[in-house]
Amino acid sequence: MTAERVLMKGNEALAEAAIRAGCKCYFGYPITPQTEIAAFMAKNMPKRGGTFLQAESEIAAINMVLGAASAGVRVMTSSSSPGISLKSEGISYIAASDLPCVIINVQRGGPGLGGIQPAQSDYWQAVKSGGHGDFHILVFAPNSVQEMADMVVKAFEKADQYRIPAMILSDGMLGQMMEPVVFPEISDKMPEKPWATNGHGNKRKHNIINTLFLQPDELEASVNARSKKYETIVENEQDAEFYLTDDADIVVTGYGAASRICREAVDEARKNGIKAGLLRPKVLWPFPVKDYQKIVPTAKSILCVELSTGQMIDDVKLAVNCSVPVEFYGRTGGNLPSAEEIIKKLAEINDSLS
Amino acid sequence: MSVVFRKPDSMADVNTHYCPGCTHGIVHRLICEIIDEMGIEGDTIGICPVGCSVMAYDYFNCDMIEAPHGRAPAVATGVKRSLPDKFVFTYQGDGDLAAIGTAETIHAAARGENITIIFINNTTYGMTGGQMAPTTLPGQVTQTTPYGRDVEKAGYPVKMCEILAQVDGTALAQRVSVDSPKEVQIAKKAIRKAFQIQRDKKGFSIVEVLSTCPTNWGMSPVESLERLRKECIPYFPLGVYKDITAKENSND
Amino acid sequence: MGKINVIFDKCKGCGLCENACPQKIIQIQKDKINSHGYFTAVCINDDKCVGCAMCAVMCPECAITVERQVQK
Repeated sequence: MTAERVLMKGNEALAEAAIRAGCKCYFGYPITPQTEIAAFMAKNMPKRGGTFLQAESEIAAINMVLGAASAGVRVMTSSSSPGISLKSEGISYIAASDLPCVIINVQRGGPGLGGIQPAQSDYWQAVKSGGHGDFHILVFAPNSVQEMADMVVKAFEKADQYRIPAMILSDGMLGQMMEPVVFPEISDKMPEKPWATNGHGNKRKHNIINTLFLQPDELEASVNARSKKYETIVENEQDAEFYLTDDADIVVTGYGAASRICREAVDEARKNGIKAGLLRPKVLWPFPVKDYQKIVPTAKSILCVELSTGQMIDDVKLAVNCSVPVEFYGRTGGNLPSAEEIIKKLAEINDSLS
Repeated sequence: MSVVFRKPDSMADVNTHYCPGCTHGIVHRLICEIIDEMGIEGDTIGICPVGCSVMAYDYFNCDMIEAPHGRAPAVATGVKRSLPDKFVFTYQGDGDLAAIGTAETIHAAARGENITIIFINNTTYGMTGGQMAPTTLPGQVTQTTPYGRDVEKAGYPVKMCEILAQVDGTALAQRVSVDSPKEVQIAKKAIRKAFQIQRDKKGFSIVEVLSTCPTNWGMSPVESLERLRKECIPYFPLGVYKDITAKENSND
Repeated sequence: MGKINVIFDKCKGCGLCENACPQKIIQIQKDKINSHGYFTAVCINDDKCVGCAMCAVMCPECAITVERQVQK
């Protein structure tokens, strides 16, 4: 039976993909622009052997995720920017407990209550400071409804594989827009989780999910062990998409919604004789350093485009060791840059190069 | 001669870190006695808080999870919703449950979550050296009420059983004490009832246990029992505040 | 017709058992400290022990096991 193509809203595609990936529990809380995820789960989970629960707060929701993940089931929560801030302590605990889960952030303008339109100003929060202590979470950055579906499935797999929280860093535009999507077929065989606290059934010693280590040596050992895991992830999980970069003088770089506009700008710029290309990170942690290093020999300049005042740009500079000048263009507050604005910036850079 | 009293099997055979005379240990034993009695150690997941009992995961032989401060009822909800046929209990102090975790407690009750909460009320934050708790009594001296708790400035103690008895999802809200063998037996019965209510899927159960903190009360363990009787029980009256099973077995 | 056994290295000498014993035959001995530095409880008159286990019920460390002559 050929996979069926359906027209779907980004938020709903995320939820549908999660159910197909074997997500058994979803704990949510209303916040624009991602509430459709909760509504979809409320409607569908009961019919498909799953559990939906609206928590009393995002804090409660992330702690319910910690509980379900400890019990060994695939579990997900979603929120938007302010809600993700509320979850940060829980995320630190989940990472420190080496528990797998999927956390969706459909970003909105910030800081504070901000706005409800799309933004990318939670980049640092996602990849650098999602909570206290030395830890990382996998961060996937879809730029289409299809990728939203694909990356949720991948997030569950990688979260289980590495026992780590995986975030889908989306935004209000991707969440609210509709595009055709084909859902991947997934085997319902779930990985074994002998470490889970699901009742030892008198068959094993008890399992403990704990993040307290009062002895410094024990805490250091625990953190260092996790760093080893992160090294493996950085080695194996980097992922980015190249478009017309082979001969590009100026490589535009951006993720998610911003990358779609950049692609349009690159095509237009090429027509105007500007040799531009696009490098789009698909995974933000681990940051695709290897891919950025591939363009260093050819790129004369890099233009980083974000829906923020510039956060990923730091990592771009680090990835190329500042060996290529990195310019920035951004809009925020919920505004999106137009392709023309980016083309104008490209023209300026191109002029400065010749 | 036959042994008539010994350590329950589901209780780990370790020395605890609790201060001498701290009644946490008694409540741990009561829970383990019930778990043994019901034969459910293999089907139980316990959730400990942040506070003196944060390391309780080393004292129970069932699977254990250490929850962030105040969030044990939410973690328990996550476990219970994933494993509806397992027994899930939280073990929390007054700071954990009635201060930072108030919302999680009330909403777990409002949902009628089929979990059991063992709530240790010793009117202080023990682990951090004796600060004011939400249940610190008016006039009680603590690290953060050095002149005695002034209700004008620091408000009144929170009475969780009375509050949770108003919540429709609550099946059992009972306050007990461990200040004497008689009260310990009553406490054990209450904990048994709570686990039975969970077994019968009748909703949310909480047993609030008035407990002592000799170190931070600045008293001997025996004097602490006296203080519990004289000062804590009058402010936090013992008894059943809600028990939807009361009609069925009224001889309790 | 009763007997208690205080597990030497588990007792913290808190005195709750001494306080609970109806026969008043438990005391905290001050001769020897255990490996954790505590003086420990001890029954000072085995004959008067009736095996009621009040001491064990009040022991926070579960450090007391109790035996009793149980009529068959």
